[in-house]
Amino acid sequence: MILEVKELEVYYGAIRALQGISFQVNEGEIVTLIGANGAGKSTTMRTVSGLLQPRKGEVVFQGRRINRIPAHKIVRLGISHVPEGRQIFPNLTVTENLLMGAYTRRDRAGIKQSLEEVMDRFPRLRERAKQLAGTLSGGEQQMVAMGRGLMSKPKLLILDEPSMGLSPLLVEEIFNIIKTINLQGTTILLVEQNAFMALQVAHQAYVLETGRIVLSGPAREVQANPQIRSAYLGEVQMVS
Amino acid sequence: MEHVMEQIINGLQLGFMYALIALGYTMVYGVVQLINFAHGDVFMVGAFVGYFGFAVWGLPLPLAIVNAMVICAILGMVIEKIAYRPLRYAPKIAALISALGVSLFLEYFSSLKFVFGPDYRVVPRPIHEVHWHILGIPITNIQVMVIVVVLVMLLLLQLLIYRTRIGMAMRTVAVDHNAARLMGVNVDNTISLTFAIGSAFAALGGVLYAIAYPQIQPFMGIMPGLKAFTAAVLGGIGIIPGAVIGALIMGQVETLTAAFISSQLRDAIAFAILILVLLIRPTGILGRSQTEKV
Ligand SMILES: Nc1ncnc2c1ncn2[C@@H]1O[C@H](COP(=O)(O)OP(=O)(O)OP(=O)(O)O)[C@@H](O)[C@H]1O
Ligand SMILES: [Mg+2]
Repeated sequence: MILEVKELEVYYGAIRALQGISFQVNEGEIVTLIGANGAGKSTTMRTVSGLLQPRKGEVVFQGRRINRIPAHKIVRLGISHVPEGRQIFPNLTVTENLLMGAYTRRDRAGIKQSLEEVMDRFPRLRERAKQLAGTLSGGEQQMVAMGRGLMSKPKLLILDEPSMGLSPLLVEEIFNIIKTINLQGTTILLVEQNAFMALQVAHQAYVLETGRIVLSGPAREVQANPQIRSAYLGEVQMVS
Repeated sequence: MEHVMEQIINGLQLGFMYALIALGYTMVYGVVQLINFAHGDVFMVGAFVGYFGFAVWGLPLPLAIVNAMVICAILGMVIEKIAYRPLRYAPKIAALISALGVSLFLEYFSSLKFVFGPDYRVVPRPIHEVHWHILGIPITNIQVMVIVVVLVMLLLLQLLIYRTRIGMAMRTVAVDHNAARLMGVNVDNTISLTFAIGSAFAALGGVLYAIAYPQIQPFMGIMPGLKAFTAAVLGGIGIIPGAVIGALIMGQVETLTAAFISSQLRDAIAFAILILVLLIRPTGILGRSQTEKV
């Protein structure tokens, strides 16, 4: 087990966004968190990566309790969080954005090699290496965000809605890349609105409703659950 | 004609000094979206510490300047830590009031007898003023020094921000604190450093100002501070090249007004510019075409 989240309670002011959430991520797996808007998925991710502090509960990464460690140090432990809405740096070039992903690293040669690997994975970024990231299309920006997330060579990669706002073709591409990254050894925690696609690639799945986990299990079982089919997959299945 | 050239050189010197102060306003605004109203007072402290360095303690001028820059860098970091950091994510008005408080504190604390004292002090020239004609332009050695020193500092700042790791971190903090944190950037330290650099620049400006206009007192930071702030807004607050452009314009406007219209009008015109910019183009000269900040 690489990540264990126990009884997490997180507040925004007086609002309790997470009402005691527990889940585990095994090394080498893709684990997905699905749920409606406002269920608390992003809040959970932000707590794991240290941007939010839980009022109760804990986050254990590789046997170490990390929920008191500030976000900028958690990256160094091997967790990389690609946030919802990408949050790339529009005033930096594509290359600079990617280099920021390696901010915690000092091995120049290794960084250069990682940069090449990311450019190979996303060839479109190589063409636009010197362009300001703010001028890229939405899909290209998502590639920058994911590439940047990979530059720290994380053990655990957190992806918050990587398919948001992308064309169906690009969604397909992004999910293929997610699978490849995972096969190459990176554990992935994936948050998705597109439950259909997420359940296809994930090993384990957790379903979140208003700050609580209401269902969990192997992705295939969750996918087969009749309630899930009507609540989360109905619409997606009709279009696909 | 020679008189006009002379005034333009005077304006250039003044403009470069405003630039040193304006950079601090704009850099700090870039990373925390706060107008640090105590910045003009840090400039004043810089002028005093510089003056003590070369006129009282007998330090060589370069050492006196570096000393003033280091002390003001520390002062800037302390101000940020005590007065702004606790309010960083509070409503902006809270930090603004805190900034005014720090400003008044520095002015009145400095006025105490056992600190700098309330009176004007005449600053002895640390270097003998020499008048030159370069390509027919009348210029003094002090003006040359001011212009060269400021140009070198601007170049160093540019290199820091665009060619170093820490500069890249500053540029990310200017966009989004949390996104920077997720990259491993220590946002608190980066903001501290920004205050330190801005304050050191203000200190340099203070010492040069005291050499060029050799009279100092605890409230001397108010006017140059406000004019540099106007310069930063004129160029586009948060945009570094904007601060320099705005400052050079302010320097010219002020000097030429004083020389050819009326010296009583110089301040009025300077602040009329502030009001006009805020009314007509609040984003400043470079504000729309460029979103770059820090
Ligand atoms: N900064 C904030 N301040 C106050 N409340 C917040 C904040 N961020 C989120 N919330 C609230 O916390 C709850 C969970 O939000 P969260 O962003 O985690 O949901 P989500 O599952 O990621 O939703 P989505 O699918 O829309 O991204 C929501 O009710 C939301 O309104
Ligand atoms: Mg979300």
